[in-house]
Amino acid sequence: MDVVDLARWQFGITTVVHYFFVPFTISMAFLVAIMQTIWMRTQDERWLRLAKFFGKLLLINLAVGIVTGLVQEFQFGLNWSDFSRFVGDIFGAPLAMEALLAFYLESVFVGVWIFGWGRIPPKVHLAAIWVTACATLFSAYFILAANSFMQNPVGYEINEEAGRAELTDFWAVLTNKVTLITFPHTIFAAFLVGGGVVAGIAMWHLVQGRREPVMGEPGGASDAGVFRKALRIGAITVLIGGVGTAVTGDIQSKVMTEVQPMKMAAAEALYETQEAAPYSLFTVGSLDGSRALYSIEIPYLLSFLSTGSFEGEVQGIDDIQEEYQELYGPGDYAPNIPATYWTFRLMIGFGGLAAAIAAWQLWSTRRGRVPTSAWALRAAVVLPFLPLAANTFGWIFTEIGRQPWLVFGLMPTASGVTPGSTAGSVFATLAAFTVLYAGLTWLWIWLLVKYARPGLPDISAEARWGRGRSGEPAAGPGGDDVDGLQPDPDDDADQPLTFAY
Amino acid sequence: MDLATVWFVLVAVLWVGYLALEGFDFGVGLLTRNLARNDRERRVLINTIGPVWDGNEVWMVAAVGATFAAFPEWYATAWSAYYLPLVLILMSLIVRGLAFEYRAKHDSEQWRRWWDRAIFWGSALPVFLWGVLLAGFVQGLPLDARHDFVGGLADIVTPYTLLGGVVTLMLALVHGAHYVALKTVGDIRTRARALAGRATAISVLTTGVFVLWTVAAHGGGSVTWLAWIAGAAAIASLTTGAAMNTRGREGWAFIATFATVVLVGVALFSTLYPNVLPSTSDIGGLTIANASSTNYTLTVMTWAAVPLVPMVLAYQSWVYWMFRRRIGVQHIP
Repeated sequence: MDVVDLARWQFGITTVVHYFFVPFTISMAFLVAIMQTIWMRTQDERWLRLAKFFGKLLLINLAVGIVTGLVQEFQFGLNWSDFSRFVGDIFGAPLAMEALLAFYLESVFVGVWIFGWGRIPPKVHLAAIWVTACATLFSAYFILAANSFMQNPVGYEINEEAGRAELTDFWAVLTNKVTLITFPHTIFAAFLVGGGVVAGIAMWHLVQGRREPVMGEPGGASDAGVFRKALRIGAITVLIGGVGTAVTGDIQSKVMTEVQPMKMAAAEALYETQEAAPYSLFTVGSLDGSRALYSIEIPYLLSFLSTGSFEGEVQGIDDIQEEYQELYGPGDYAPNIPATYWTFRLMIGFGGLAAAIAAWQLWSTRRGRVPTSAWALRAAVVLPFLPLAANTFGWIFTEIGRQPWLVFGLMPTASGVTPGSTAGSVFATLAAFTVLYAGLTWLWIWLLVKYARPGLPDISAEARWGRGRSGEPAAGPGGDDVDGLQPDPDDDADQPLTFAY
Repeated sequence: MDLATVWFVLVAVLWVGYLALEGFDFGVGLLTRNLARNDRERRVLINTIGPVWDGNEVWMVAAVGATFAAFPEWYATAWSAYYLPLVLILMSLIVRGLAFEYRAKHDSEQWRRWWDRAIFWGSALPVFLWGVLLAGFVQGLPLDARHDFVGGLADIVTPYTLLGGVVTLMLALVHGAHYVALKTVGDIRTRARALAGRATAISVLTTGVFVLWTVAAHGGGSVTWLAWIAGAAAIASLTTGAAMNTRGREGWAFIATFATVVLVGVALFSTLYPNVLPSTSDIGGLTIANASSTNYTLTVMTWAAVPLVPMVLAYQSWVYWMFRRRIGVQHIP
């Protein structure tokens, strides 16, 4: 592999792994904020326990999400310095604004939320999680604006002398039609993840509790009522996310057909321009256009998806290739067809499956019913992972489908790479990042499972609002084993921190 | 002042703010190894920075983002030239960030020991390497006409840049010790004060030599006078901090080392001005003028920064105020 391939692998691995954690954070921050809000309004302690339970999972996840995100900001300069020189005038601005507006808010207020339990006024504490949640949306918007510029460059002009693209209209970059549709699509897809995690874990506890009822034990039948509520919230979130991604995805594919027809032709492995084109659900055989051994097709669907009309003309790869050769000179302008074809279907398939499971969950828990079959348990376990896979394949599709362009129509991927970099150093860091990322992904799953398994936390001793609500200090667990230590006279309250690292 | 210069100042503010803020939490990370005598004390140290370290680290994200946006050439050249040190910084910050969050999430000696190592090395490496890098900006790198780095590791790791690393490391240690003395009660507070005093002696020496070397060897720009003043003030402030510390005025001691870090930063960036990355090879040096974005981009970003930067300062200060209470071993559950 040459430097370009290695640099692409490095970017791919670090970005894909980073994106395991991002949708989880976005959606879970909102779900926890909602749970905490319900608790504040109803004073029903079950909601506090839910907020704390899923809040812990959020923090386990947020930590990995933040630290892996640092890498992204450095990547452009490390391996892609010519890209940075070429688009820096445009691309840097949304990144800087993301930091100034969103990332500061997120990082500062999540700290307030973590350490504020019992130490700051409840309303301020609740506001902290809402600020964190909203900040994740701002973050997503700016990053997607930057990415959408690479998909569909707008608001710039090329300065031949300086050899770079220069910003002429920042508003155009922020309101890029690709950004406007990618943002809701991405956010709905994120909610698919959070909903899947909540519904999956709640279902697991619910079914497990019914199969082996141990009264009073965390996770036992006594918590069934709470998990039932969580399950329904999670499942509804998945369904909303599912419908939302489908609708926005449909609009997005029409926008994509317009700005990157090659990507959409590759998604369908459609070689010849066709009117009333069918959509193939599944193809066995070669995707090089020579033959399809076995294919399930839905007539007219592709035309409808791409153009909004059943009879619409969909351009094929061969024609676009010819057109691009005239426009950009000789070269191969088609992305990796099997990768594009399959990632597109895996994205839709996994997302659809998650929505189907969520719908079944709602049905099977109607009017007090609780399923107890082994299949219910299995479905609960896979549910959190399906939307994650759908998100991952969606991004791989989007990014691979843009190839061979780094900035569509302006900069080929091969010319963005750092000129002096050697295969050796890129490979060494690729290997190091891969090992590190494999380790932390394993750790992430292990800790999530570890904290999800025991069920809802017992909050009778800790984590009440301490002085904030009852006016008397709350005794924390282990508060008595501080032997021989005199309370500091300067300190008015020596109760242990309700939350401490 | 033209906009490019405004953004040079703003980028410098972000980098210096980063060093001054994350500087002390790096220092606390360093202190977890020898200042804390047991696990409980180690947790006290970690909890002094618990609510704020993440917000401090965002200063780096903002600094990198602003460098990229305002001076893309500077970002492209430096980030590809400092490939290895930057990857090391990233990996250190990754394990360090996870260590804070994950250390207490599993009850095992072994588990905590590994995360403690991550906290120590994850603090030591970045603070040292950022010193190497910032000194490297002042020293310059061999570049070609396209501003691409054409040297090797020997151009990055020089006695001067290594000294820069030692300076940031030692300053972080003193700064962190003052912070711990300010934020804790009991035995650990006394020990932090004593350690800060000893570390200051070394820090005064290394910082003094570094500032002299910086201005003498690399000065000559239009604001070298500012570098001299800032350098002298840095030393004065560092010694004032030590004096305040021995008198038990820990808040003032902390403010003094905060000022020291800022002043050393001012000395570095004013020596650098009007360059952003000089070339040691006669061609291809990067200056504010030839490395910056267009006026339009800078204008857009200025409009964003004018309301946002004060807002960030306001809510971040509010958080420090909110979590102003000292903590001790009795607060650790």
